[in-house]
Amino acid sequence: MMHTHTLSVLVEDKPGVLARVSGLFSRRGFNIISLAVGPTEQEGVSRMTIVVAVEDLPLEQVTKQLNKLVNVIKIVELDPGASVQRELLLVKVRADAAIRSQVLEAAELFRAKVVDVAPEALTIEATGTVDKLAALLRILEPYGIREMVKSGMVAVGRGPRSITAAAVR
Amino acid sequence: MTTATPRSGATGPKPAPPPGRPGAPARTDGVRTEVPGPRIGPEPMTGAQSLVRSLEEIGCDVVFGIPGGTILPAYDPLLDSTRVRHVLVRHEQGAGHAATGYAQATGRVGVCMATSGPGATNLVTPIADAYMDSIPMVAITGQQSRPLIGTDAFQEADITGITMPVTKHNMLVTDATEIPRAIAEAFHLASTGRPGPVLVDIPKDVLQEHTTFSWPPEMNLPGYRPTTRPHGKQIREAAKLMTSASRPVLYVGGGVLKAEASDELLELAELTNIPVVTTLMARGAFPDSHPQHVGMPGMHGTVSAVAALQEADLLVALGSRFDDRVTGQLSSFAPHAAVVHADIDPAEISKNRRADVPIVGDCKEVIVDLLEAVRAEREGGGADGGADLDAWWARLNQLRETFPLGYDWPDDGSLSPQYVIERIGAIAGPDAVYAAGVGQHQMWAAQFVKYEKPRSWLNSGGLGTMGFAVPAAMGAKMARPDDVVWCIDGDGCFQMTNQELATCAIENIPIKVAVINNGNLGMVRQWQNLFYSQRYSNTDLGTHKHRIPDFKLLAEAMGCVGLRAESKEEVDRVIQQAMEINDRPVVIDFTVGADAQVWPMVAAGTSNDEVMSARGIRPLFEGDELAAGVDAIDEVVERALEHGEDHDANGGDAR
Repeated sequence: MMHTHTLSVLVEDKPGVLARVSGLFSRRGFNIISLAVGPTEQEGVSRMTIVVAVEDLPLEQVTKQLNKLVNVIKIVELDPGASVQRELLLVKVRADAAIRSQVLEAAELFRAKVVDVAPEALTIEATGTVDKLAALLRILEPYGIREMVKSGMVAVGRGPRSITAAAVR
Repeated sequence: MTTATPRSGATGPKPAPPPGRPGAPARTDGVRTEVPGPRIGPEPMTGAQSLVRSLEEIGCDVVFGIPGGTILPAYDPLLDSTRVRHVLVRHEQGAGHAATGYAQATGRVGVCMATSGPGATNLVTPIADAYMDSIPMVAITGQQSRPLIGTDAFQEADITGITMPVTKHNMLVTDATEIPRAIAEAFHLASTGRPGPVLVDIPKDVLQEHTTFSWPPEMNLPGYRPTTRPHGKQIREAAKLMTSASRPVLYVGGGVLKAEASDELLELAELTNIPVVTTLMARGAFPDSHPQHVGMPGMHGTVSAVAALQEADLLVALGSRFDDRVTGQLSSFAPHAAVVHADIDPAEISKNRRADVPIVGDCKEVIVDLLEAVRAEREGGGADGGADLDAWWARLNQLRETFPLGYDWPDDGSLSPQYVIERIGAIAGPDAVYAAGVGQHQMWAAQFVKYEKPRSWLNSGGLGTMGFAVPAAMGAKMARPDDVVWCIDGDGCFQMTNQELATCAIENIPIKVAVINNGNLGMVRQWQNLFYSQRYSNTDLGTHKHRIPDFKLLAEAMGCVGLRAESKEEVDRVIQQAMEINDRPVVIDFTVGADAQVWPMVAAGTSNDEVMSARGIRPLFEGDELAAGVDAIDEVVERALEHGEDHDANGGDAR
């Protein structure tokens, strides 16, 4: 059964680690839907959030292979029901004086912010789940999307527990 | 961690430590581990001196390599080292395979060294080879100076990028103070857990830099925690299956050799009376002469070993990985068997075949625990002590008797290659070390030499690297100078790496080379014979037709003794002659028939049930008459093609 899985991968912040991880995915024939990487509260430790669509058994295999990378410290699969999963979207929408107010209204409905204004376009910043951002884009599409960029998913488990605390001493 | 344990060097100028066990003891902390040993430093020196000192302290006694521009600084202090001997090879590929031969023959880490660019890229094949066969190897490469990296400088190659998919780990050292730690970590990673190659790339200006050397360094590997202790519950589960199964098999792979667990395996086999098969990588892990050994499984395995797996109700896989060359068509492999799979690498478990009882751990610890659990199970389970295996043994014994390994003499009166290899094994005996290349001669060497001891059989199983044998034999002879080392090579393989014979002659490494010269790329020719309507495209090397090269003269030109045998009568005499020469390498050109084939065979992509003991004879295939005739093979080929198998692309043995 093909499912989307969200993996949180703690890695040592060392040169080449992104290439090691992404290379492993392509080598084993997995497509990465999104990948976001950044620092954590622990110095020297980065966290990758990788979204992949795979069947369950190959996912187990790729997780095991990832675990073999010396620079990978820990891998946790985050269940969408037990974690907060967010993406950031920046979208530049055609919006001249005639339709600007309609675009602004749409943005407001999604609690999105306008971060840049030009006479013929607006740039909107929105965060949310994949579904919410997809819905926003559907609304904005008729006005004309000139450019858009997404951060890739970042995610954190709900509740008080930390996946970094036990992993790094 | 014995291999990574530094030795003080008090044992003499060229310490020859006993073979260490590559597997690590339980080490679950992972983070910031100190290498044990006497405290040294800090002493001021260059990065290059620090590198050589680190190699000395970690216990490296031999490095195979070739100097060049960027690694030059390291070669200067190497000249003065009394503890590290450098063997100047003729091609970096030779250095890499020599390091592997050294490692396979001893269990210690093999070390090779090369310069940047082409030197480093020439190491890629042996590194990939070591990765596939889980060989503890450290490769040290020079790199362009830091300011030049990324500028397409002379002899610059991104070797850490290139080797990323074929190393257990690699690193670029950008600070000379990091050199001792990098070397310690490299040796630790290479030799513990599932062994593998580790590459350390060091820029020239880092080698030239002034630094201080302190030992032991502190290792910092927070993400590296190999599991060596098996889980008790899984062990008990496995023991329960082992004592209740009626058709069990111990499916033994190279992991048992790497864990130095042969003695324990013997004990387990004898305790349980379970039949044993040893894969290509595990030949010697269990004595061939033992009555419970039913042979090598796989594409060219014995009928009894293939049948044992196919008909088993329990497979106990120990350090083996269900490779396609063993399983044949995966969906029909061992269809009735429950699987206990023990391996130190969790990623191997359930990768190809789902395990019913997965056990992650070092094979030695697994087997020791299994012994205890099986004994406990028996005590609790009644007086008869386990299931009755008589019917199972009767079946396997019948297969062994009906389909023993064998060969026919060529019709044209030429010399039988199998006979030559059989005689080498018989004369040199089980104390010798045998290294093979890849192809027909490799399979015959796996079949017709009788292995009784671990670390007596070296070959390239996973990658199937032609040209492996000569340099691997060289490395093994360096590691075990008192043992006889035979290189059993093909004429195709031999022409890929024979330049290392010059190294052997000059460095006094007296190996013995048997070139099984059938004039052809024999295994490819066999496939052309079976699957390509006898159309022999580009497999005739001309070594028969033109005698180019003349291997006897070639050997002599490189300072070796050159011999030749072309008839049965000459075989024993030249082997004896070679056995008596110990002051220089010997090469024997065994001119053998071109048409001999490797049997039994499971055609690629077909089921093990269709194993052919000889052309057209499928003893396990239901509905077949025993001697169905030559037509049967066409059926098998068709079936293989239906499965979408591309013989050419999958002809690992055929290269």
